[in-house]
Amino acid sequence: MSNAPVDHGRRRFLTIATSVVGGVGAVGVAVPFIASWNPSERAKQAGAAVTADISKLEPGQLIRVEWRGKPVWIVKRTSQTLEQLALTEENLRDPGSDVAQQPVYAQNRHRSIKPDIFVAVGICTHLGCSPTYLPNDFSEQVEGIISGFFCPCHGSKFDMAGRVFQGVPAPTNLVVPPHMFIDDNTIVIGEDEGAV
Amino acid sequence: MFKNLMSWIEYRLPFMDKMNLHVMQYPAPKNFNFWYFFGSLAMLVLVNQIVTGIWLTMNYEPSAEGAFASVEYIMRDVEYGWLLRYMHSTGASAFFVVVYLHMLRGMMYGSYQKPRELLWIFGMLIFLVLMAEAFMGYLLPWGQMSFWGAQVIIGIFGTIPFIGEDLTLWIRGDYVISGATLNRFFALHVIALPLVLVILVFLHIMALHEVGSNNPDGIDIKKDNDGSVEQTEADKKFTFHQYFTRGGKKVIVDAIPFHPYYTVKDLVGVAGFLLIFAWVIFFLPEGGGYFLEPPNFEPANPLKTPAHIAPVWYFTPFYAILRAIPHPFMGAVAMFAAIVALALLPWLDRGRVRSVRYRSGLHKINLINFCVSFVALGVLGVLPAVGIYTLLAQIFSFTYFAFFVLLFFYSKNEKTKPLPVRVT
Amino acid sequence: MMKTLLSAVALLASSLAMAAGPAVQLDKAPIDLTDKASLQNGARLFQNYCLGCHQMQYQRYSRTFSDLDIPEELGMEHLMFTGEKVGDHITNNMAPKDGENWFGVAPPDLTNVARVRGPDWLYTYLRAFYTDDTRPFGVNNEVFPLVAMPHVLQELQGVPSKTFETRLVDGQPKEVYVGIKTDGSGELSEEEYDRAVADLVNYMEYVGEPTKLEAHALGYKVMIFLLIFFVLAYLLKKEYWKDVH
Repeated sequence: MSNAPVDHGRRRFLTIATSVVGGVGAVGVAVPFIASWNPSERAKQAGAAVTADISKLEPGQLIRVEWRGKPVWIVKRTSQTLEQLALTEENLRDPGSDVAQQPVYAQNRHRSIKPDIFVAVGICTHLGCSPTYLPNDFSEQVEGIISGFFCPCHGSKFDMAGRVFQGVPAPTNLVVPPHMFIDDNTIVIGEDEGAV
Repeated sequence: MFKNLMSWIEYRLPFMDKMNLHVMQYPAPKNFNFWYFFGSLAMLVLVNQIVTGIWLTMNYEPSAEGAFASVEYIMRDVEYGWLLRYMHSTGASAFFVVVYLHMLRGMMYGSYQKPRELLWIFGMLIFLVLMAEAFMGYLLPWGQMSFWGAQVIIGIFGTIPFIGEDLTLWIRGDYVISGATLNRFFALHVIALPLVLVILVFLHIMALHEVGSNNPDGIDIKKDNDGSVEQTEADKKFTFHQYFTRGGKKVIVDAIPFHPYYTVKDLVGVAGFLLIFAWVIFFLPEGGGYFLEPPNFEPANPLKTPAHIAPVWYFTPFYAILRAIPHPFMGAVAMFAAIVALALLPWLDRGRVRSVRYRSGLHKINLINFCVSFVALGVLGVLPAVGIYTLLAQIFSFTYFAFFVLLFFYSKNEKTKPLPVRVT
Repeated sequence: MMKTLLSAVALLASSLAMAAGPAVQLDKAPIDLTDKASLQNGARLFQNYCLGCHQMQYQRYSRTFSDLDIPEELGMEHLMFTGEKVGDHITNNMAPKDGENWFGVAPPDLTNVARVRGPDWLYTYLRAFYTDDTRPFGVNNEVFPLVAMPHVLQELQGVPSKTFETRLVDGQPKEVYVGIKTDGSGELSEEEYDRAVADLVNYMEYVGEPTKLEAHALGYKVMIFLLIFFVLAYLLKKEYWKDVH
């Protein structure tokens, strides 16, 4: 046993250095464990963009496609429907779509890229029911408006641009997912290549 | 404030006192060599297996239909899934490497001798549970080797007279190995056996700290305080927990506190171990076909036996003994006896001198005989049991058991060297 | 009961005896996972010649494309034939039962075949077909005798047959087997064919463990880190143990 005095400086330095490097190692080991909780390739593929063919979509017709396990509506609005969008704006909660429930390119009156083609996630912003599309009977809910969406669960009402009416439980407009047109007849839902 | 809180807790649960007892003021002999790394390394691997195991269950699917695909899913679709899986599969082999070396250390330095018999028994129970754990885990990937290896090993139980057939049926829960078998093995592998393992490891360490660590000289570091032993300056330098001096009845010599001296030393062992461990994980995950056997990359097929069924390497010494005996049931008995013999070492060895350093030349040769037999049986267990290999397996099975028989006889009146008073 | 076990052990022993080494010397497959061109050609060959019967049901097209630097549009155009999505697994529409009816055994999945058989076996096997009129498809294989698979690469290799030469053995002229030669009717020369098979095997080796290059890259970093940690831990131990020694 040496009787030389302990070099406390060296000892402290080595202790700290080893602890720091060991700590970095521990963080490094944690990385794969944490990263493995990210969506797996399977989940990503299941959540990948879906393509919809709208060549056979009639005016007034609604089709549903599944994207990330949710129903996405694609509606072809008639010119009459589009005209009616302007009628009841004072009764809407957020007529200007100020709340970011849509990509910037859909922040307009018709909340869509092309005026007639409306794309929205068909889930009520209240508690997640899927509202019913009323193409002809919506005037029972809102006088003078022919078509709209009505949620059977708690009676929330949306116009044909997915904008919520005042005095219903739903707080915000329906969500418009990112989407884009590959050509006139093909829509990709879930991807917009960074378009704004 | 903080101090008050600490003493409030300490009064109700003496945490600091226990830390001192088991870590900071635990007297460890100062002459541990590298053979003493393997205990702490086994703990490290146990933690690795538990943590990576938990993470694997997050994506594994315990069903005959989904198991194989879910492993491929982990390997390919889950982020870093391949790394978690290789850490677990390599960890299984690493576990046996360190445990076998840990056991050999105990045999070399007589760590099983009085008063450490119970400590040794707990260790053997850990080994037994570990084998069951590894065996059941190997079924889970549901590859060809998983299936047929399990078929062969469950078949061993079928050799038991009268009840064998019914017993295998009960273990499998089916007429063949099936989803039922897979599910019960999964439950045992991820919950029951790890729980038992952790409890046994706790008991193993408690038993160790009660009797104290042995050392390469095999002599006691706690001497009777009858004035015959003089403490040196070095001995007086460290404080040990009063529990170990038994209220002044014992004096402790040639010991150092476990922390910091052995924690920093074990850290070197850990770093060295991790260098090898990581190298295998990243560059040789199949371990040359011994850690992950090639046929196991093919899904289990009850209608097609792989050309060559060999158990994973850590079972092969015992498997070779099983095959060496021509009679199936006697083979199974011999295999089991090979493990029981190890457990009985504290009573088969009737010597008083622990360490091989001070024992007879005969004992040294006998110990080498044991190591050679064990390794040779391990190699033979991988090879097909044909011709010369069968004969060799029989010879080495004989020399394996001869180690214990010889030990029993010569240890009674063994010609040993004089023991030093103090560790060297 | 004893009898069943005895017969099981006997069966085991005989199956082990059969495994006592391959009958044919295997050629070393020139594997290079960093050779993207080779891997791409291998993927092309797999899609064109193997996928009809064999799947890679655990490998996604998107994985192959991104790992092999194949642009998605190009890959979808040239390597995907049945209108799947790019994230789909590489599968065909052949029912396993059909496979059994047509070939006697269902063609195995090839995702992990390189890990089961090893690349050398595959490389040798795909170059070891020879004409044998006694077989249903008119070919046999030196590495895998009585194989149920037809020689799908014949249009590339040509018609291969075993060739013999007359040599003097112990002073007597004897017919000696000298290997497999093709009749030259294939699209590729002998060297080109070997190269094509090597590419295909290279691709199968990649698909067996697509994370291999990633593992190696990470592995080097981990090893360097651990070396630093080892040195520090060693110095720390030395420092503290000055108290003891």
